[in-house]
Amino acid sequence: MHKKVHVQATINNEPVEFLCEPRQSLLECLRDILGLTGTKEGCNDGNCGACTVVLDDRIVTSCLVLGVEAQGRKITTIEGIAEGHKLHPLQQAFLENAALQCGVCTPGFLVAAKALLDAEPNPSEERIRLWLANNLCRCTGYDKIVRAVKQCATEVNA
Amino acid sequence: MKWFDYSAPSSLSEALKLLRENSQALLLAGGTDLLVQMRAGRKQTDLVIDIKNIAELNQLVLDASGLRLGAAVPCYRIYNHRDIARGYPALSDVASLIGGTQIQGRASIGGNLCNAAPSADAVPLLIALGAICRIAGPSGERTVPVEEFCTAPGKTVLKQGELLVSLHLPPPKPHSGAAYLRFIPRNEMDIAVAGAGVSVELNNGNFQSVRIALGAVAPTPLYAKQAGDSLAGKPVNDACIQTAAELAKAAASPITDMRGTAEYRRHLCAVLTARALKQAIQRAQEAK
Ligand SMILES: Cc1cc2nc3c(=O)[nH]c(=O)nc-3n(C[C@H](O)[C@H](O)[C@H](O)COP(=O)(O)OP(=O)(O)OC[C@H]3O[C@@H](n4cnc5c(N)ncnc54)[C@H](O)[C@@H]3O)c2cc1C
Ligand code: FES
Ligand code: FES
Repeated sequence: MHKKVHVQATINNEPVEFLCEPRQSLLECLRDILGLTGTKEGCNDGNCGACTVVLDDRIVTSCLVLGVEAQGRKITTIEGIAEGHKLHPLQQAFLENAALQCGVCTPGFLVAAKALLDAEPNPSEERIRLWLANNLCRCTGYDKIVRAVKQCATEVNA
Repeated sequence: MKWFDYSAPSSLSEALKLLRENSQALLLAGGTDLLVQMRAGRKQTDLVIDIKNIAELNQLVLDASGLRLGAAVPCYRIYNHRDIARGYPALSDVASLIGGTQIQGRASIGGNLCNAAPSADAVPLLIALGAICRIAGPSGERTVPVEEFCTAPGKTVLKQGELLVSLHLPPPKPHSGAAYLRFIPRNEMDIAVAGAGVSVELNNGNFQSVRIALGAVAPTPLYAKQAGDSLAGKPVNDACIQTAAELAKAAASPITDMRGTAEYRRHLCAVLTARALKQAIQRAQEAK
């Protein structure tokens, strides 16, 4: 008999338990089991970055992580970025710079860009573009996204 | 994906036992090849064995005997390691050009090698650096030079019940340098049309020894031994570099596909080999 697996993890600073099939990706577990639908599915094969989450201290594409691999680990999703109703400065900068259109790529970009700014408070444009190369956007043409990240870096450092 | 069970053993012996008991089991390192292939239906199994909790596969040790790189160490740990950036800068380069930031958070060099894609970016460099593969299996351990590891697209020398434990790189010699260059139509996140990994050891303005390997231009990453050997004892100049580049080109047996024609790939072999040699020479001249 196939047995589901009991997983305990810390998601957005809260202890969480869930039951999943070993074949389910972390992305499926977040969205379909835990109802954390902020994390998006684009390609489901690692290319688009829409499913980006922080796993321990690294950003990963959650479509290429098994849910069972989350056992004992710390995960941050887009739902964990704002403080209650107060947007994270990066979210604010995306709004101000119109750095989104359809918005499907946005959670992934925000999680990825926040990880960059947490590690490197003042990255160059080249560094931002390289860091975000694993995130695809079909709408904006990227410039506004890069501008938003740059603006946020400058404001936070001011 | 079809249902499978999941196990994450914490010791090598436990992993080998699971492999022995489940001949169809598949090993999971970063999963950036495996999960994509399973989802596409190209691979199936009843059991996935996650090898990331095994200490030997996570080691990253640099000492007088060289570098011991655990097979499951993800790329970011390699390029964030200061001593590796100093001692094996070309390895840092390769770790930071596989995929993008998210892929590098998971993808391992061992997985890159075991997946045995002709275009695997790390493999030509590992060949150039003279890496040795440490393999564990039912009858104990054995070692294999990395240039003999891949046998066909997706196929390796690993036998039933065996796994790759680690890669061992010899300590960098004085006046030596290495480089890996690939050609892709964009700046990042693409599969190599062709790639060249080289290492050079210099001695008073001459080449002492050189190793050259190519990617994406043969069924497996290709050790172009003749091309490298042709430089031994020769002066470091453009003419000698060009001769070696032409020999590398002659060693390639590429195919035509959507990424490029065979003719174009052959041309790239010469160009990339010459450029990689120049970068490696510069590194060797700067090295103490
Ligand atoms: C978006 C994207 C971009 C990519 N870009 C690149 C790129 O630029 N260059 C490139 O070369 N590759 C690229 N890849 C492919 C892939 O990321 C690399 O090949 C990576 O190094 C694989 O490592 P992994 O740890 O994820 O391997 P896994 O997927 O875990 O494993 C790969 C294969 O090796 C086997 N295996 C793993 N470890 C062992 C072991 N210790 N012993 C025996 N067998 C083992 C697995 O069973 C599987 O068959 C990309 C993939 C994606 C999804
Ligand atoms: S859905 Fe995961 S990278 Fe596209
Ligand atoms: S805003 Fe539509 S994909 Fe980026």
